[in-house]
Amino acid sequence: MSSDIANPTNTTAGSVAAGAGTTRPEAIRRRRMPPEFNIFLVLIGIALIYELLGWTMIGQSFLGNQQRLTIMILQVSVIGIIAVGVTQVIITGGIDLSSGSVVGLTAMIAASFAQASTWSRALYPALTDLPAIVPIAIGLGVGLAAGIVNGVLIAYTRIPPFIATLGMMVSARGLSKWYTKGQPVSGLTEQFNFIGSGIWPVIVFLAVAVIFHVALRYTRYGKFTYAIGANMQAARVSGINVERHLVKVYAIAGLLAGLAGIVTAARAQTAQAGMGISYELDAIAAAVIGGTSLTGGVGRITGTVIGTIILGIMTSGFTFLRVDAYYQEIVKGVIIVAAVVADVYRQKKRAKR
Amino acid sequence: MVLSPQTMAAVRQSGAIPGAEYLLSAEGVRKAFPGVVALDDVQFKLKRGTVHALMGENGAGKSTLMKILAGIYQPDAGEIRMKNQAIRLASPLDALENGIAMIHQELNLMPFMTVAENIWIRREPKNRLGFVDHGAMNRQTADLFRRLNIGLDPESLVGELSVANRQMVEIAKAVSYESDVLIMDEPTSALTETEVEHLFTIIRDLRSQGIGIVYITHKMNELFEIADEFSVFRDGKYIGTHASTDVTRDDIIRMMVGREITQMFPKEEVPIGDVLLKVENLTLDGVFRDVSFEVRSGEILGLAGLVGSGRSNVAETIFGVTPATSGTISIDGRQVDISSPTEAIRNRMAFLTEDRKDTGCFLPLDILENMQLAVLQDRYTRAGFVQEGKLARDCQEMSAKLRVKTPNLYERIENLSGGNQQKVLIGRWLLTNPRILILDEPTRGIDVGAKAEIHRFVTELARQGVAVVMISSEMPEVLGMSDRVMVMHEGRVTGFLDRAEATQVRVMELAAQ
Repeated sequence: MSSDIANPTNTTAGSVAAGAGTTRPEAIRRRRMPPEFNIFLVLIGIALIYELLGWTMIGQSFLGNQQRLTIMILQVSVIGIIAVGVTQVIITGGIDLSSGSVVGLTAMIAASFAQASTWSRALYPALTDLPAIVPIAIGLGVGLAAGIVNGVLIAYTRIPPFIATLGMMVSARGLSKWYTKGQPVSGLTEQFNFIGSGIWPVIVFLAVAVIFHVALRYTRYGKFTYAIGANMQAARVSGINVERHLVKVYAIAGLLAGLAGIVTAARAQTAQAGMGISYELDAIAAAVIGGTSLTGGVGRITGTVIGTIILGIMTSGFTFLRVDAYYQEIVKGVIIVAAVVADVYRQKKRAKR
Repeated sequence: MVLSPQTMAAVRQSGAIPGAEYLLSAEGVRKAFPGVVALDDVQFKLKRGTVHALMGENGAGKSTLMKILAGIYQPDAGEIRMKNQAIRLASPLDALENGIAMIHQELNLMPFMTVAENIWIRREPKNRLGFVDHGAMNRQTADLFRRLNIGLDPESLVGELSVANRQMVEIAKAVSYESDVLIMDEPTSALTETEVEHLFTIIRDLRSQGIGIVYITHKMNELFEIADEFSVFRDGKYIGTHASTDVTRDDIIRMMVGREITQMFPKEEVPIGDVLLKVENLTLDGVFRDVSFEVRSGEILGLAGLVGSGRSNVAETIFGVTPATSGTISIDGRQVDISSPTEAIRNRMAFLTEDRKDTGCFLPLDILENMQLAVLQDRYTRAGFVQEGKLARDCQEMSAKLRVKTPNLYERIENLSGGNQQKVLIGRWLLTNPRILILDEPTRGIDVGAKAEIHRFVTELARQGVAVVMISSEMPEVLGMSDRVMVMHEGRVTGFLDRAEATQVRVMELAAQ
């Protein structure tokens, strides 16, 4: 040990030579390969397998079909928007089971304020033809409120996130059914439907991903999110207001679920109480496949985006190969578990050092 | 063959042990982990009916050797012999079956099962129908406890026991295997003085029954009190084995560090300024009462007392982790209301907590992230965005100043040694530029070299006018570093000692009352 004191630049691993003891920015900035790289390789691998199977089984290219890829991304955009919020929750060491139900609830409520006057069975006949900003704001508000309720319950009553959000999952679904007594909400204005049209859901998804990627990596909000998940006690002692921050994180997850609900309704041009069922599980799966650790403190939005696309490409590929839908679910389950097994294995390898 | 304790003592004295001379021996043991050779051609010989201490700095290889003997690790090379028979230990179960039981430092008990269930797990007595016979199990446990003079109810839940009592259950469990060899890894780290005495009585009793005990400790006085022999390791190498009566404390330290310890506690007289922190009648109901003291700029106030005397609780309360129920805290003569660590940091306090793992490190995060988290509260951010470049440069500078040994700041903190982790955590607090620094066991479980460095930083900070409160269970550290020592006992301050009058005996008198 004495030599270390005398020579601080000496390293045992010998992997990187000159490092500590200098103030050169290059030495600080030296990073390893980003962890998403492996997941990205998996994505490429899956795509190539489909490409290969496509040529051998049905004589078509999988990747060559632009339209198919567009549809695939469109289909998972809503999951992706939710997953960006859920990733942040999981990084704090929590979980959000309510996002699917919040999608259903916000879809219903937002749609009810987006009905056109030409529709004879509007829920609020006096409030038709409102500018799209109104239902969007109301929808975001509903999602935000659900998230804040989750966050306050978790942060201040200290009940496990699993239970708090399970309660919200059941209640929000109930609320969305009660809201119209089970009736769908249709006849939405064109202005509102616009955000669900064409490539817009994908743009919303990517915008959300970029914003929160930056937020997690470069802002105090992000640093605190990781800190809380890595060690809540240490975060508290370091002066972080853990309770207030947790409310923020769950509020953001709720807000994004609300946004997903708006996009879902606009895309379907109608809202039903059953919208978003089991989306929360897909979103959690996307985050986990993307390398977010359920033990907290680890995870990145880029990984979640790749995880989302992996989920999409799986489904799209099976449809392309005309494989039974049953197999899709079986394989999806296997992939999710395999991702976690790989994560546990990686952690074990690290712990052995 | 049963020998009376007196005979055994005489035999031990003479050094001639009947039968196989060595109960357990290991030779030429080598174990490498990726990037480091933990043990290199190491030997170890345990005589029957002796307590054999393993000594060495952290990272010397004693834990690795012990884990090999307990079957947790498999050696890359070398031979292990039990009563002169070569044995292979592929698992902890193998070790148990060969008569080697280990008491782990971190307790491995199931909190929601009873004491008896924990002890006899996997070996539960069964009745004719094949169900567990709880009556017989509790009787067996009661017998065992009588033998060891442990006063615990076999049917109480382990989760409801104190740490010390859990330790006793662990010991009873190890003894229940009727092993020839018991390995104890720092068994006294969570025990009070009387409990340590009780443990030593048990150990002496086991020794007189011919059991060999491998005893790992950092505490020098325990070595002289309980060990017959000791082996020293350094940097994965075997240094030597001696009878504990043959050597002095300085001899052992020399063997452990391989160099003379010069300036172990580089206390320097620095100018002492005005009162910075003043605590009056601070009380946390049920934990401590009426704690009053003041610390001046440049002063190091040592906080001594036994484990459980409330030292750490006082520190936590001053820092706002557990706000006080009554009493006042003043800084610079102005009363402040510290209801959370956020408030404390705002008042330029810093608090290095006792438990690096539980309340210090963010293990999955890298060094840079670990260092920057306390300072981000009100510095290095603009509109919520972290000023990465500036912060990284300052962290780099801090890490160089503290001599954190790492290839770069993007190494995960969990890959660092305890001493280096501690330096990173100190760096975290120094970045906040504190005026009041509270250190809770700043050098626990870190090697001698890093220890001396940390002491040097603390002295340097005092010179710069920081008021330091230092809690430590290590008497030489308290006596060596402090300008004044405050002693606590059962939640109350029992006295203050000036540097000149503070001796080990005086402190113990106040701490044990």
